[in-house]
Amino acid sequence: MSKGLPETRTDAAMSELVPEPRPKPAVPMKPVSINSNLLGYIGIDTIIEQMRKKTMKTGFDFNIMVVGQSGLGKSTLVNTLFKSQVSRKASSWNREEKIPKTVEIKAIGHVIEEGGVKMKLTVIDTPGFGDQINNENCWEPIEKYINEQYEKFLKEEVNIARKKRIPDTRVHCCLYFISPTGHSLRPLDLEFMKHLSKVVNIIPVIAKADTMTLEEKSEFKQRVRKELEVNGIEFYPQKEFDEDLEDKTENDKIRQESMPFAVVGSDKEYQVNGKRVLGRKTPWGIIEVENLNHCEFALLRDFVIRTHLQDLKEVTHNIHYETYRAKRLNDNGGLPPGEGLLGTVLPPVPATPCPTAE
Amino acid sequence: MASEVARHLLFQSHMAAKTAGMPSQLPDSEQNQKKDNTRSLTMSGHVGFESLPDQLVNRSIQQGFCFNILCVGETGIGKSTLIDTLFNTNFEDHESSHFYPHVRLKAQTYELQESNVRLKLTIVNTVGFGDQINKEESYQPIVDYIDAQFEAYLQEELKIKRSLFNYHDSRIHVCLYFISPTGHSLKTLDLLTMKSLDSKVNIIPVIAKADAISKTELQKFKIKLMSELVSNGVQIYQFPTDDETIAKINASMNGHLPFAVVGSMDEVKVGNKMVKARQYPWGIVQVENENHCDFVKLREMLLCTNMEDLRDQTHTRHYELYRRCKLEELGFTDVGPEHEPLSLQETYEAKRHEFYGERQRKEEEMKQTFVQRVKEKEAMLKEAERELQAKFEHLKRVHQEERMKLEEKRRLLEEEIIAFSKKKATSEIHQNQSFMVPGSSLRKDKDRKKSY
Repeated sequence: MSKGLPETRTDAAMSELVPEPRPKPAVPMKPVSINSNLLGYIGIDTIIEQMRKKTMKTGFDFNIMVVGQSGLGKSTLVNTLFKSQVSRKASSWNREEKIPKTVEIKAIGHVIEEGGVKMKLTVIDTPGFGDQINNENCWEPIEKYINEQYEKFLKEEVNIARKKRIPDTRVHCCLYFISPTGHSLRPLDLEFMKHLSKVVNIIPVIAKADTMTLEEKSEFKQRVRKELEVNGIEFYPQKEFDEDLEDKTENDKIRQESMPFAVVGSDKEYQVNGKRVLGRKTPWGIIEVENLNHCEFALLRDFVIRTHLQDLKEVTHNIHYETYRAKRLNDNGGLPPGEGLLGTVLPPVPATPCPTAE
Repeated sequence: MASEVARHLLFQSHMAAKTAGMPSQLPDSEQNQKKDNTRSLTMSGHVGFESLPDQLVNRSIQQGFCFNILCVGETGIGKSTLIDTLFNTNFEDHESSHFYPHVRLKAQTYELQESNVRLKLTIVNTVGFGDQINKEESYQPIVDYIDAQFEAYLQEELKIKRSLFNYHDSRIHVCLYFISPTGHSLKTLDLLTMKSLDSKVNIIPVIAKADAISKTELQKFKIKLMSELVSNGVQIYQFPTDDETIAKINASMNGHLPFAVVGSMDEVKVGNKMVKARQYPWGIVQVENENHCDFVKLREMLLCTNMEDLRDQTHTRHYELYRRCKLEELGFTDVGPEHEPLSLQETYEAKRHEFYGERQRKEEEMKQTFVQRVKEKEAMLKEAERELQAKFEHLKRVHQEERMKLEEKRRLLEEEIIAFSKKKATSEIHQNQSFMVPGSSLRKDKDRKKSY
């Protein structure tokens, strides 16, 4: 190995007296801002366009997991969200088919395109969750699956010859379906969310919201929110990851008023007032899925897809994945936190001050 | 040196893979689709994820962008002026002296803002390049600097608790190499420097002070330069031609390399406008006039069209190459001796065991030597002690003997004294008796007595 530590130390000491043989350039940590603005247009804001073009070329990955007891409308909701037959409904199985003994994890991938943007969407279904008589630890297969995806990514990242773009199979978002009892959360709901809110972004959703009146709905939501808070369950968007005031106010509004979203899903279209809308037809009227007066599906869709999709991915990558990685590397090597993975093997960086997060 | 060769080979194979991979992009993606069980779907309505690039871009705007330019060229060739002209600002800088004994790199970071884009621009200048009489060590500090930035990033990436998303990226994204407008060919120093930098950074060669060359000479010069670069295997940055919207313009720009530039922040009145230009007795060289020099082309290519690609290439090609070489140097491989895939973890564990075993062994060795030395010392000291004891005994004996001798002598002496005094006493009595009759002798006796 080339330079040991003692050599650099004497170099630094000597530099004040004698010009060093291999001078070490220093990158200043705090940038100096220029007083005067640019004297004319240069064109550096075109980088936005360049970046946009690049991302449109590479495409996006999005992995969404749906968890909830069977019959709550998970598949229908996902189909409604992405306006296509993304999951095959389980309503086709009859009672003779065995209910899976443990929770199964089924991941199906699709490529969808809109406006020139290509997205590889993976829907991860969890049939069998909460369906057995004894549901103890039924979240464990799910937690295992999520950790397995992190592990896969970590292995790729740690390779010597890495792929240009590491395939991202990590779960970015987990929709948890709450049964619309109108009373409170079930113990299973609480246990699941308690365990998993630490490893993945959980968005709680009240399923089949067309069984509740408006007052029942708002009361139920308030009670659910309170219970989640009392139990210390941080659902997405988590309070601790709000970056600036703008984010905070926006997210606070969502957290305290809209969530959990009370949704209704449907993939059938009906004629209402001359328009074709997605809805559910009942003897007493047609429930329009995208009508904000009827249910909050449109809010959920806008939230997950139109405004916070990138943020979901970022929180997964920068926070959940990093937590997993740190824990994994710590457990494996018993290295003290903060030291490098190859702390004893790599020679230390020669005297350039390493810019660290302030 | 072997690692340098290895790096070059890897780089070349990378380039080959890149160009080979491009035309077969479409069938590849279909294959991938079949592999991981995905199918294409068409949606029956508007979902809304076309705003995804906007979401991504907004994020980047919030964080700001980083761009780092390295300027390599002789002192006085016009590096600072060109940067000032490119960014249309007067960055503070003094003229450098020609008498630095070694090449140093000076880096300065500036924050620029245009509409809602914040750019953290770092300009790294080489000070004293090409000034020394002996230029052998000239390019090494540059290579070291670039490596140090990669190293800092690698260290951050390998940390357990890391924060890559707000890491100030100091890796060099582009190197503007300033060529002297001699009109003949590349200098040896230029060739050497570019050769050692081409696998580490995107190099864009520019002909500086292009107003010193005439148009026809310039054309010949450009052709000569490019052929020299090609024949020496120097890989300069090629503007990417895979995106249809910019492929044409990039391809044509590739043909204009190296750009002949003129830099100036002075404004001169031409017609009825004030333009940036250099005024000579024989005319005015306008910086932004495409007939006069290629400055506008450089600015277009560098900032408006390919800034993102430069950053991308630095991260995905040059940095990955550095990382791979560095880790391989340290003995990490992806594939074990029997060609089974090795994980970094396992290699690290193995190394750690080795290291600890080594350390254990050294400890044992040290312990042994220590114990040995202690024993030896102890033995020595015991020996010394014994010797001292023996000496002491000996001395004691000698002393004792002498004492006894002296005692003997003393006794004898005392006896003699006693004998003598006895004799004296008897002789006195005798004398007294003999001198009792004659009276004169009595007086003599008395006198004698008195005289005693």
